[in-house]
Amino acid sequence: MRIPCPLCGPRDRREFFYYGSEDYLNRPVGDDPAAWDAYLHLRDNPAGETRDLWYHEMGCASWLLVTRNTVTHAVLDARLVAAGGEGGASGGDILAKMKSGGAA
Amino acid sequence: MRYSGLKVISEGLFGNRGWKPAWRDPAPKPAYDAIIIGGGGHGLATAYYLAKNHGLTNIAVLEKGYLGSGNIGRNTTIVRANYLLQGNSEFYSHSMKLWEGLSADLNFNVMHSQRGLINLFHSDGQRDAFARRGNMMISQGDDAELLDREGVRSYLPYLDFEQTRFPIYGGLLHRRGGTARHDAVAWGYARAADRRGVDLIQNCEVTGIDIAGGRVTGVQTTRGPIRAAKVGMVVAGRSGQVAAMAGLRLPIESHVLQAFVTEGLKPVIDHVISFGMGHFYISQSDKGGLVFGGDLDFYASYASRGNLPMVEHVMEAGMTLMPMIGRAKVLRSWGGIMDMTPDGSPIIDRTPVEGLFVDAGWNYGGFKAVPASGWCMAHLMATGQPHAVAARFRLDRFATGHLLDEEGTGSQHNLH
Repeated sequence: MRIPCPLCGPRDRREFFYYGSEDYLNRPVGDDPAAWDAYLHLRDNPAGETRDLWYHEMGCASWLLVTRNTVTHAVLDARLVAAGGEGGASGGDILAKMKSGGAA
Repeated sequence: MRYSGLKVISEGLFGNRGWKPAWRDPAPKPAYDAIIIGGGGHGLATAYYLAKNHGLTNIAVLEKGYLGSGNIGRNTTIVRANYLLQGNSEFYSHSMKLWEGLSADLNFNVMHSQRGLINLFHSDGQRDAFARRGNMMISQGDDAELLDREGVRSYLPYLDFEQTRFPIYGGLLHRRGGTARHDAVAWGYARAADRRGVDLIQNCEVTGIDIAGGRVTGVQTTRGPIRAAKVGMVVAGRSGQVAAMAGLRLPIESHVLQAFVTEGLKPVIDHVISFGMGHFYISQSDKGGLVFGGDLDFYASYASRGNLPMVEHVMEAGMTLMPMIGRAKVLRSWGGIMDMTPDGSPIIDRTPVEGLFVDAGWNYGGFKAVPASGWCMAHLMATGQPHAVAARFRLDRFATGHLLDEEGTGSQHNLH
Protein backbone atom coordinates (compact mmCIF):
# COMPACT_ATOMS: atom_id res chain seq x y z
CA MET A 1 0.00 0.00 0.00
CA ARG A 2 1.38 3.39 -1.05
CA ILE A 3 -0.02 6.74 -0.06
CA PRO A 4 0.36 9.75 -2.44
CA CYS A 5 1.58 12.48 -0.11
CA PRO A 6 0.88 15.85 -1.78
CA LEU A 7 4.32 17.11 -0.70
CA CYS A 8 6.51 13.99 -1.07
CA GLY A 9 4.76 11.97 -3.76
CA PRO A 10 3.72 8.32 -3.47
CA ARG A 11 5.42 6.78 -0.44
CA ASP A 12 5.43 3.38 1.25
CA ARG A 13 2.77 2.74 3.89
CA ARG A 14 5.53 2.19 6.46
CA GLU A 15 6.30 5.92 6.50
CA PHE A 16 2.81 6.73 7.79
CA PHE A 17 1.04 6.42 11.12
CA TYR A 18 -2.70 5.71 10.97
CA TYR A 19 -4.72 7.83 13.36
CA GLY A 20 -8.36 7.09 12.55
CA SER A 21 -11.54 8.23 10.89
CA GLU A 22 -11.98 11.79 9.61
CA ASP A 23 -14.50 12.14 12.47
CA TYR A 24 -11.52 13.38 14.48
CA LEU A 25 -11.60 16.62 12.45
CA ASN A 26 -15.09 17.45 13.76
CA ARG A 27 -14.21 18.38 17.32
CA PRO A 28 -17.36 19.25 19.29
CA VAL A 29 -17.94 22.72 20.61
CA GLY A 30 -19.08 22.76 24.23
CA ASP A 31 -19.18 19.95 26.76
CA ASP A 32 -22.13 17.76 25.75
CA PRO A 33 -20.98 14.24 26.80
CA ALA A 34 -22.94 12.55 23.99
CA ALA A 35 -21.22 14.72 21.38
CA TRP A 36 -17.80 13.89 22.82
CA ASP A 37 -18.63 10.16 22.95
CA ALA A 38 -19.63 10.28 19.29
CA TYR A 39 -16.50 12.23 18.37
CA LEU A 40 -14.08 9.96 20.22
CA HIS A 41 -15.66 6.52 19.98
CA LEU A 42 -18.66 5.99 17.69
CA ARG A 43 -17.83 5.19 14.06
CA ASP A 44 -19.66 4.54 10.78
CA ASN A 45 -16.92 1.99 10.06
CA PRO A 46 -17.76 1.68 6.36
CA ALA A 47 -16.97 -1.37 4.22
CA GLY A 48 -16.00 0.51 1.07
CA GLU A 49 -14.88 4.09 0.62
CA THR A 50 -13.69 5.86 3.74
CA ARG A 51 -11.69 8.94 4.65
CA ASP A 52 -9.20 8.79 7.46
CA LEU A 53 -6.28 10.64 8.98
CA TRP A 54 -2.69 9.57 8.44
CA TYR A 55 0.44 11.27 9.73
CA HIS A 56 3.49 11.27 7.46
CA GLU A 57 5.69 10.43 10.41
CA MET A 58 8.84 9.42 8.51
CA GLY A 59 8.42 11.99 5.76
CA CYS A 60 7.30 15.60 5.77
CA ALA A 61 5.36 15.30 9.08
CA SER A 62 2.12 16.43 7.41
CA TRP A 63 -1.31 15.31 8.53
CA LEU A 64 -3.15 13.85 5.55
CA LEU A 65 -6.80 13.17 4.84
CA VAL A 66 -6.66 9.93 2.84
CA THR A 67 -9.54 8.56 0.77
CA ARG A 68 -9.33 4.76 0.66
CA ASN A 69 -11.39 1.69 -0.04
CA THR A 70 -11.39 -0.55 3.06
CA VAL A 71 -12.39 -3.64 1.07
CA THR A 72 -9.78 -3.46 -1.71
CA HIS A 73 -7.07 -1.39 0.05
CA ALA A 74 -7.03 0.95 -2.97
CA VAL A 75 -5.79 4.43 -2.00
CA LEU A 76 -7.76 6.98 -4.03
CA ASP A 77 -6.52 10.34 -2.82
CA ALA A 78 -4.61 12.16 -0.12
CA ARG A 79 -4.92 15.83 0.81
CA LEU A 80 -3.24 18.06 3.33
CA VAL A 81 -5.40 18.61 6.39
CA ALA A 82 -3.60 21.96 6.83
CA ALA A 83 -4.78 23.06 3.38
CA GLY A 84 -8.36 22.48 4.38
CA GLY A 85 -8.84 18.90 3.15
CA GLU A 86 -11.42 19.25 0.40
CA GLY A 87 -9.99 22.30 -1.37
CA GLY A 88 -6.32 21.64 -0.66
CA ALA A 89 -3.46 20.17 -2.64
CA SER A 90 -4.21 16.63 -3.74
CA GLY A 91 -1.93 13.61 -3.89
CA GLY A 92 -4.51 12.14 -6.28
CA ASP A 93 -3.50 14.83 -8.82
CA ILE A 94 0.10 13.66 -8.53
CA LEU A 95 -1.00 10.08 -9.14
CA ALA A 96 -3.01 11.10 -12.21
CA LYS A 97 -0.08 13.07 -13.63
CA MET A 98 2.30 10.16 -13.12
CA LYS A 99 -0.09 7.75 -14.80
CA SER A 100 -0.47 10.08 -17.80
CA GLY A 101 3.31 10.42 -18.11
CA GLY A 102 3.51 14.01 -16.84
CA ALA A 103 5.98 15.23 -14.23
CA ALA A 104 4.89 14.75 -10.64
CA MET B 1 -27.41 -39.62 16.26
CA ARG B 2 -25.12 -39.76 19.27
CA TYR B 3 -21.41 -40.13 18.51
CA SER B 4 -19.43 -42.71 20.49
CA GLY B 5 -16.45 -45.02 20.19
CA LEU B 6 -18.84 -47.93 19.70
CA LYS B 7 -20.55 -46.06 16.84
CA VAL B 8 -17.21 -45.42 15.11
CA ILE B 9 -16.28 -49.12 15.35
CA SER B 10 -19.65 -50.39 14.16
CA GLU B 11 -19.74 -47.93 11.24
CA GLY B 12 -16.20 -48.95 10.34
CA LEU B 13 -17.27 -52.61 10.20
CA PHE B 14 -20.23 -51.90 7.91
CA GLY B 15 -18.75 -49.52 5.34
CA ASN B 16 -19.60 -46.21 7.06
CA ARG B 17 -23.05 -46.21 5.45
CA GLY B 18 -24.98 -45.21 8.56
CA TRP B 19 -23.69 -41.66 9.09
CA LYS B 20 -26.29 -38.93 8.75
CA PRO B 21 -25.75 -35.18 8.08
CA ALA B 22 -24.72 -33.48 11.32
CA TRP B 23 -27.50 -30.90 11.08
CA ARG B 24 -30.69 -30.22 9.11
CA ASP B 25 -30.93 -27.58 6.37
CA PRO B 26 -34.36 -26.05 7.12
CA ALA B 27 -36.16 -23.27 5.25
CA PRO B 28 -36.88 -20.21 7.39
CA LYS B 29 -40.25 -20.11 9.17
CA PRO B 30 -42.24 -16.83 9.08
CA ALA B 31 -41.64 -16.21 12.80
CA TYR B 32 -39.46 -17.29 15.71
CA ASP B 33 -39.24 -16.41 19.40
CA ALA B 34 -35.69 -15.21 18.84
CA ILE B 35 -33.29 -14.73 15.94
CA ILE B 36 -29.52 -14.72 16.07
CA ILE B 37 -27.80 -12.94 13.18
CA GLY B 38 -24.50 -14.68 12.48
CA GLY B 39 -23.69 -18.40 12.27
CA GLY B 40 -20.14 -18.24 13.55
CA GLY B 41 -18.78 -19.54 16.83
CA HIS B 42 -20.40 -16.93 19.04
CA GLY B 43 -23.78 -17.06 17.27
CA LEU B 44 -23.99 -20.85 17.29
CA ALA B 45 -22.92 -20.98 20.95
CA THR B 46 -25.60 -18.40 21.79
CA ALA B 47 -28.23 -20.55 20.08
CA TYR B 48 -27.04 -23.70 21.84
CA TYR B 49 -27.13 -22.15 25.32
CA LEU B 50 -30.49 -20.45 24.66
CA ALA B 51 -31.87 -23.94 23.99
CA LYS B 52 -29.95 -25.79 26.67
CA ASN B 53 -29.91 -23.33 29.58
CA HIS B 54 -33.12 -21.40 28.96
CA GLY B 55 -35.38 -23.87 27.11
CA LEU B 56 -35.84 -21.57 24.09
CA THR B 57 -35.96 -23.83 21.05
CA ASN B 58 -38.17 -21.88 18.64
CA ILE B 59 -35.16 -19.90 17.47
CA ALA B 60 -33.15 -19.47 14.28
CA VAL B 61 -29.55 -18.66 13.44
CA LEU B 62 -29.26 -16.69 10.17
CA GLU B 63 -25.95 -17.00 8.33
CA LYS B 64 -25.21 -15.16 5.09
CA GLY B 65 -22.69 -17.78 3.91
CA TYR B 66 -22.15 -21.25 5.32
CA LEU B 67 -21.84 -22.06 9.01
CA GLY B 68 -18.45 -21.12 10.40
CA SER B 69 -17.35 -19.30 7.24
CA GLY B 70 -16.14 -16.20 9.09
CA ASN B 71 -13.67 -15.60 11.88
CA ILE B 72 -14.27 -18.95 13.62
CA GLY B 73 -12.41 -20.50 10.68
CA ARG B 74 -9.88 -17.67 10.44
CA ASN B 75 -8.01 -17.46 13.74
CA THR B 76 -5.05 -19.04 15.53
CA THR B 77 -7.15 -21.30 17.82
CA ILE B 78 -5.64 -20.23 21.15
CA VAL B 79 -7.55 -20.80 24.39
CA ARG B 80 -6.38 -19.05 27.57
CA ALA B 81 -7.61 -17.36 30.75
CA ASN B 82 -4.76 -15.00 31.60
CA TYR B 83 -6.51 -11.65 31.96
CA LEU B 84 -5.63 -9.02 34.51
CA LEU B 85 -8.64 -6.76 34.94
CA GLN B 86 -11.75 -7.50 36.92
CA GLY B 87 -14.52 -7.71 34.38
CA ASN B 88 -12.32 -9.62 31.95
CA SER B 89 -10.73 -12.18 34.26
CA GLU B 90 -13.94 -13.72 35.62
CA PHE B 91 -15.37 -13.90 32.10
CA TYR B 92 -12.41 -15.72 30.56
CA SER B 93 -12.15 -17.92 33.65
CA HIS B 94 -15.78 -18.95 33.09
CA SER B 95 -14.97 -19.58 29.42
CA MET B 96 -12.02 -21.81 30.33
CA LYS B 97 -14.21 -23.95 32.60
CA LEU B 98 -16.71 -24.37 29.75
CA TRP B 99 -13.89 -25.32 27.35
CA GLU B 100 -12.73 -28.02 29.76
CA GLY B 101 -16.08 -29.82 29.53
CA LEU B 102 -16.99 -28.79 25.99
CA SER B 103 -16.32 -31.97 24.00
CA ALA B 104 -18.39 -34.04 26.45
CA ASP B 105 -21.15 -31.42 26.62
CA LEU B 106 -21.48 -31.14 22.83
CA ASN B 107 -20.82 -34.85 22.14
CA PHE B 108 -18.31 -33.59 19.59
CA ASN B 109 -14.53 -33.68 19.84
CA VAL B 110 -13.34 -30.05 19.67
CA MET B 111 -9.75 -31.29 20.20
CA HIS B 112 -9.20 -28.97 23.15
CA SER B 113 -5.53 -29.40 24.01
CA GLN B 114 -4.26 -27.84 27.26
CA ARG B 115 -0.65 -27.90 26.16
CA GLY B 116 0.35 -24.86 28.22
CA LEU B 117 0.94 -21.26 27.20
CA ILE B 118 4.18 -19.42 27.92
CA ASN B 119 4.33 -15.61 27.67
CA LEU B 120 7.96 -14.53 27.55
CA PHE B 121 9.28 -11.42 29.29
CA HIS B 122 12.40 -9.47 28.45
CA SER B 123 13.09 -6.95 31.21
CA ASP B 124 12.82 -6.50 34.99
CA GLY B 125 9.81 -4.24 34.56
CA GLN B 126 8.04 -6.75 32.37
CA ARG B 127 8.78 -9.48 34.94
CA ASP B 128 7.04 -7.40 37.61
CA ALA B 129 4.05 -6.84 35.34
CA PHE B 130 3.81 -10.57 34.57
CA ALA B 131 4.15 -11.50 38.26
CA ARG B 132 1.23 -9.20 38.99
CA ARG B 133 -0.79 -10.69 36.14
CA GLY B 134 0.01 -14.20 37.42
CA ASN B 135 -1.15 -13.25 40.91
CA MET B 136 -4.41 -11.92 39.48
CA MET B 137 -4.91 -15.16 37.55
CA ILE B 138 -4.33 -17.22 40.71
CA SER B 139 -6.65 -15.02 42.77
CA GLN B 140 -9.31 -15.56 40.11
CA GLY B 141 -8.91 -19.33 40.68
CA ASP B 142 -6.91 -20.04 37.54
CA ASP B 143 -3.31 -21.18 37.25
CA ALA B 144 -0.07 -19.30 36.65
CA GLU B 145 3.62 -20.00 37.32
CA LEU B 146 6.46 -17.52 36.96
CA LEU B 147 9.45 -19.17 35.26
CA ASP B 148 12.96 -17.78 35.36
CA ARG B 149 15.25 -18.04 32.35
CA GLU B 150 16.38 -21.57 33.23
CA GLY B 151 12.77 -22.57 33.81
CA VAL B 152 11.90 -21.39 30.30
CA ARG B 153 14.99 -23.13 28.91
CA SER B 154 13.86 -26.45 30.40
CA TYR B 155 10.68 -26.25 28.31
CA LEU B 156 11.87 -24.32 25.25
CA PRO B 157 15.59 -25.03 24.76
CA TYR B 158 15.45 -23.96 21.10
CA LEU B 159 14.74 -20.27 21.74
CA ASP B 160 17.49 -17.73 21.15
CA PHE B 161 18.00 -16.64 24.77
CA GLU B 162 20.89 -14.29 24.04
CA GLN B 163 19.38 -12.02 21.42
CA THR B 164 21.09 -8.70 21.79
CA ARG B 165 17.91 -6.65 21.63
CA PHE B 166 15.42 -8.66 23.72
CA PRO B 167 17.23 -11.29 25.84
CA ILE B 168 14.77 -13.67 27.50
CA TYR B 169 14.45 -13.10 31.27
CA GLY B 170 11.74 -15.70 31.86
CA GLY B 171 8.11 -16.46 31.18
CA LEU B 172 4.65 -16.76 32.66
CA LEU B 173 3.41 -20.34 32.29
CA HIS B 174 -0.35 -20.90 32.12
CA ARG B 175 -0.68 -24.69 32.09
CA ARG B 176 -4.39 -24.79 31.34
CA GLY B 177 -3.91 -22.62 28.27
CA GLY B 178 -3.62 -24.26 24.87
CA THR B 179 -5.50 -24.65 21.61
CA ALA B 180 -8.65 -26.22 20.14
CA ARG B 181 -9.75 -27.20 16.65
CA HIS B 182 -11.50 -24.05 15.41
CA ASP B 183 -13.83 -25.56 12.80
CA ALA B 184 -14.84 -28.34 15.19
CA VAL B 185 -16.05 -25.71 17.66
CA ALA B 186 -18.44 -24.29 15.04
CA TRP B 187 -19.53 -27.75 13.91
CA GLY B 188 -19.95 -29.03 17.47
CA TYR B 189 -22.13 -26.10 18.54
CA ALA B 190 -24.09 -26.25 15.28
CA ARG B 191 -24.85 -29.95 15.64
CA ALA B 192 -25.69 -29.64 19.34
CA ALA B 193 -28.00 -26.65 18.72
CA ASP B 194 -29.68 -28.43 15.81
CA ARG B 195 -30.30 -31.50 17.97
CA ARG B 196 -32.19 -29.28 20.40
CA GLY B 197 -34.43 -27.97 17.61
CA VAL B 198 -32.68 -24.73 16.62
CA ASP B 199 -33.09 -23.86 12.90
CA LEU B 200 -29.69 -23.13 11.35
CA ILE B 201 -30.43 -21.21 8.16
CA GLN B 202 -27.52 -20.78 5.76
CA ASN B 203 -27.20 -18.54 2.70
CA CYS B 204 -29.62 -16.17 4.37
CA GLU B 205 -28.27 -12.63 4.58
CA VAL B 206 -30.03 -10.10 6.78
CA THR B 207 -30.71 -6.96 4.75
CA GLY B 208 -32.77 -4.97 7.23
CA ILE B 209 -33.90 -4.85 10.84
CA ASP B 210 -37.58 -4.03 11.40
CA ILE B 211 -38.30 -1.65 14.25
CA ALA B 212 -41.72 -0.32 15.31
CA GLY B 213 -42.24 2.03 18.23
CA GLY B 214 -38.70 1.56 19.46
CA ARG B 215 -39.06 -2.25 19.54
CA VAL B 216 -37.55 -4.78 17.18
CA THR B 217 -40.20 -6.79 15.31
CA GLY B 218 -38.13 -8.91 12.95
CA VAL B 219 -35.62 -8.87 10.12
CA GLN B 220 -35.63 -8.65 6.32
CA THR B 221 -33.48 -11.29 4.65
CA THR B 222 -32.53 -12.52 1.20
CA ARG B 223 -34.93 -15.40 1.93
CA GLY B 224 -37.85 -13.19 2.95
CA PRO B 225 -38.96 -11.38 6.10
CA ILE B 226 -38.84 -13.20 9.45
CA ARG B 227 -40.62 -11.94 12.56
CA ALA B 228 -39.14 -12.14 16.05
CA ALA B 229 -39.47 -10.12 19.24
CA LYS B 230 -35.84 -10.71 20.13
CA VAL B 231 -32.89 -10.33 17.77
CA GLY B 232 -29.22 -10.79 18.65
CA MET B 233 -26.48 -9.32 16.43
CA VAL B 234 -23.45 -11.63 16.63
CA VAL B 235 -21.53 -10.83 13.48
CA ALA B 236 -17.90 -10.18 14.48
CA GLY B 237 -16.14 -7.81 12.04
CA ARG B 238 -19.41 -6.82 10.35
CA SER B 239 -21.01 -5.42 13.51
CA GLY B 240 -20.95 -1.86 12.22
CA GLN B 241 -22.94 -2.67 9.07
CA VAL B 242 -25.59 -4.75 10.86
CA ALA B 243 -26.01 -2.20 13.65
CA ALA B 244 -26.43 0.52 11.00
CA MET B 245 -29.57 -1.35 9.79
CA ALA B 246 -31.03 -0.51 13.19
CA GLY B 247 -29.85 3.09 12.99
CA LEU B 248 -27.05 2.57 15.52
CA ARG B 249 -23.42 3.64 15.47
CA LEU B 250 -21.13 1.40 17.50
CA PRO B 251 -17.82 2.19 19.19
CA ILE B 252 -16.14 -0.17 16.74
CA GLU B 253 -13.62 0.15 13.92
CA SER B 254 -12.82 -2.99 11.88
CA HIS B 255 -9.14 -3.81 11.41
CA VAL B 256 -7.30 -6.69 9.77
CA LEU B 257 -5.15 -9.17 11.70
CA GLN B 258 -2.92 -11.53 9.74
CA ALA B 259 -1.89 -15.08 10.57
CA PHE B 260 0.29 -17.67 8.88
CA VAL B 261 0.72 -21.43 8.68
CA THR B 262 3.70 -23.46 7.45
CA GLU B 263 3.87 -26.84 5.80
CA GLY B 264 3.32 -29.79 8.17
CA LEU B 265 6.36 -30.65 10.28
CA LYS B 266 7.08 -33.34 12.86
CA PRO B 267 6.19 -32.30 16.43
CA VAL B 268 8.63 -29.59 17.46
CA ILE B 269 6.74 -26.92 19.41
CA ASP B 270 4.79 -28.39 22.33
CA HIS B 271 3.32 -25.19 23.81
CA VAL B 272 1.79 -21.92 22.77
CA ILE B 273 4.56 -19.33 22.97
CA SER B 274 4.16 -15.57 22.85
CA PHE B 275 6.97 -13.07 22.33
CA GLY B 276 5.49 -9.78 23.41
CA MET B 277 8.46 -7.62 22.51
CA GLY B 278 8.35 -8.74 18.90
CA HIS B 279 4.56 -9.05 18.56
CA PHE B 280 4.75 -12.72 17.70
CA TYR B 281 3.08 -15.88 18.91
CA ILE B 282 3.25 -19.46 17.70
CA SER B 283 1.91 -22.96 18.25
CA GLN B 284 1.90 -26.17 16.23
CA SER B 285 -1.34 -27.62 14.95
CA ASP B 286 -2.17 -31.32 15.30
CA LYS B 287 -1.60 -31.56 11.54
CA GLY B 288 1.96 -30.33 12.05
CA GLY B 289 1.80 -26.82 10.63
CA LEU B 290 3.34 -24.01 12.63
CA VAL B 291 0.54 -21.51 13.22
CA PHE B 292 1.74 -18.01 14.02
CA GLY B 293 0.82 -14.38 13.88
CA GLY B 294 1.61 -10.93 15.11
CA ASP B 295 -0.04 -7.59 15.51
CA LEU B 296 -2.79 -5.79 13.64
CA ASP B 297 -1.93 -4.02 10.40
CA PHE B 298 -3.26 -0.96 12.27
CA TYR B 299 -5.63 0.67 9.82
CA ALA B 300 -9.35 0.21 9.22
CA SER B 301 -9.88 -2.65 6.75
CA TYR B 302 -12.39 -5.24 5.59
CA ALA B 303 -10.06 -6.82 3.05
CA SER B 304 -9.57 -10.21 4.79
CA ARG B 305 -5.93 -9.85 3.82
CA GLY B 306 -3.15 -7.66 5.06
CA ASN B 307 -0.14 -5.90 3.57
CA LEU B 308 3.47 -6.93 3.29
CA PRO B 309 5.04 -4.67 5.97
CA MET B 310 3.33 -6.67 8.72
CA VAL B 311 4.22 -9.97 7.01
CA GLU B 312 7.86 -8.91 7.09
CA HIS B 313 7.61 -7.77 10.71
CA VAL B 314 6.09 -11.08 11.86
CA MET B 315 8.72 -13.14 10.02
CA GLU B 316 11.50 -11.01 11.54
CA ALA B 317 10.08 -11.47 15.03
CA GLY B 318 9.82 -15.22 14.53
CA MET B 319 13.41 -15.46 13.33
CA THR B 320 14.59 -13.35 16.26
CA LEU B 321 12.90 -15.62 18.78
CA MET B 322 13.50 -19.05 17.26
CA PRO B 323 15.91 -19.10 14.31
CA MET B 324 15.26 -22.84 13.89
CA ILE B 325 11.99 -22.18 12.05
CA GLY B 326 13.76 -20.33 9.24
CA ARG B 327 13.74 -23.34 6.91
CA ALA B 328 10.02 -23.98 7.28
CA LYS B 329 7.98 -22.92 4.25
CA VAL B 330 4.92 -20.74 4.80
CA LEU B 331 1.97 -22.41 3.09
CA ARG B 332 -0.55 -19.62 3.39
CA SER B 333 -1.50 -16.48 5.22
CA TRP B 334 -4.87 -14.92 5.84
CA GLY B 335 -6.48 -11.93 7.48
CA GLY B 336 -9.40 -11.87 9.87
CA ILE B 337 -11.63 -8.82 10.25
CA MET B 338 -11.40 -7.74 13.88
CA ASP B 339 -14.09 -5.51 15.34
CA MET B 340 -11.90 -3.30 17.49
CA THR B 341 -13.37 -1.32 20.37
CA PRO B 342 -11.49 1.71 21.75
CA ASP B 343 -10.40 -0.15 24.92
CA GLY B 344 -9.80 -3.60 23.38
CA SER B 345 -12.59 -5.36 25.33
CA PRO B 346 -15.89 -6.76 24.02
CA ILE B 347 -19.53 -5.71 24.25
CA ILE B 348 -22.42 -7.98 25.31
CA ASP B 349 -25.37 -5.73 26.00
CA ARG B 350 -28.83 -4.47 25.20
CA THR B 351 -29.13 -1.68 22.64
CA PRO B 352 -31.36 1.42 22.72
CA VAL B 353 -33.80 -0.61 20.56
CA GLU B 354 -36.00 -2.81 22.78
CA GLY B 355 -35.46 -6.51 22.07
CA LEU B 356 -32.27 -5.92 20.05
CA PHE B 357 -29.04 -7.22 21.60
CA VAL B 358 -25.42 -6.94 20.55
CA ASP B 359 -22.48 -9.30 21.05
CA ALA B 360 -19.50 -7.64 19.36
CA GLY B 361 -16.11 -6.01 19.73
CA TRP B 362 -14.10 -9.21 20.18
CA ASN B 363 -10.96 -7.54 18.88
CA TYR B 364 -8.36 -10.28 18.35
CA GLY B 365 -9.51 -12.43 21.29
CA GLY B 366 -12.80 -13.90 20.16
CA PHE B 367 -11.94 -17.57 19.76
CA LYS B 368 -11.25 -18.43 23.40
CA ALA B 369 -14.34 -16.44 24.38
CA VAL B 370 -16.78 -18.48 22.26
CA PRO B 371 -18.29 -20.65 25.04
CA ALA B 372 -18.70 -17.87 27.63
CA SER B 373 -19.83 -15.35 25.02
CA GLY B 374 -22.60 -17.72 23.91
CA TRP B 375 -23.45 -18.50 27.53
CA CYS B 376 -23.71 -14.82 28.53
CA MET B 377 -25.43 -13.63 25.35
CA ALA B 378 -28.02 -16.40 25.78
CA HIS B 379 -28.54 -15.30 29.41
CA LEU B 380 -28.98 -11.69 28.31
CA MET B 381 -31.42 -12.51 25.49
CA ALA B 382 -33.47 -14.92 27.63
CA THR B 383 -33.67 -12.89 30.85
CA GLY B 384 -33.07 -9.32 29.68
CA GLN B 385 -30.37 -9.00 32.35
CA PRO B 386 -26.59 -9.23 31.88
CA HIS B 387 -24.88 -12.35 33.19
CA ALA B 388 -22.71 -11.67 36.25
CA VAL B 389 -19.40 -12.48 34.51
CA ALA B 390 -20.19 -10.22 31.51
CA ALA B 391 -21.81 -7.34 33.39
CA ARG B 392 -19.00 -4.91 32.57
CA PHE B 393 -19.11 -5.50 28.79
CA ARG B 394 -21.45 -2.54 28.46
CA LEU B 395 -22.16 -0.67 25.26
CA ASP B 396 -22.12 2.70 27.07
CA ARG B 397 -18.87 2.24 28.99
CA PHE B 398 -16.93 4.59 26.69
CA ALA B 399 -19.39 7.38 27.37
CA THR B 400 -19.35 6.77 31.13
CA GLY B 401 -15.61 6.11 31.43
CA HIS B 402 -15.90 2.55 32.83
CA LEU B 403 -13.24 1.25 30.46
CA LEU B 404 -11.74 -2.25 30.38
CA ASP B 405 -8.36 -1.28 28.98
CA GLU B 406 -6.44 -4.54 29.51
CA GLU B 407 -3.31 -3.24 27.74
CA GLY B 408 -3.39 0.13 29.46
CA THR B 409 -2.78 1.96 26.19
CA GLY B 410 -5.75 4.32 26.23
CA SER B 411 -9.26 4.52 24.84
CA GLN B 412 -8.60 5.09 21.15
CA HIS B 413 -9.40 2.91 18.12
CA ASN B 414 -5.89 2.83 16.66
CA LEU B 415 -4.09 1.79 19.86
CA HIS B 416 -5.24 -1.79 20.50
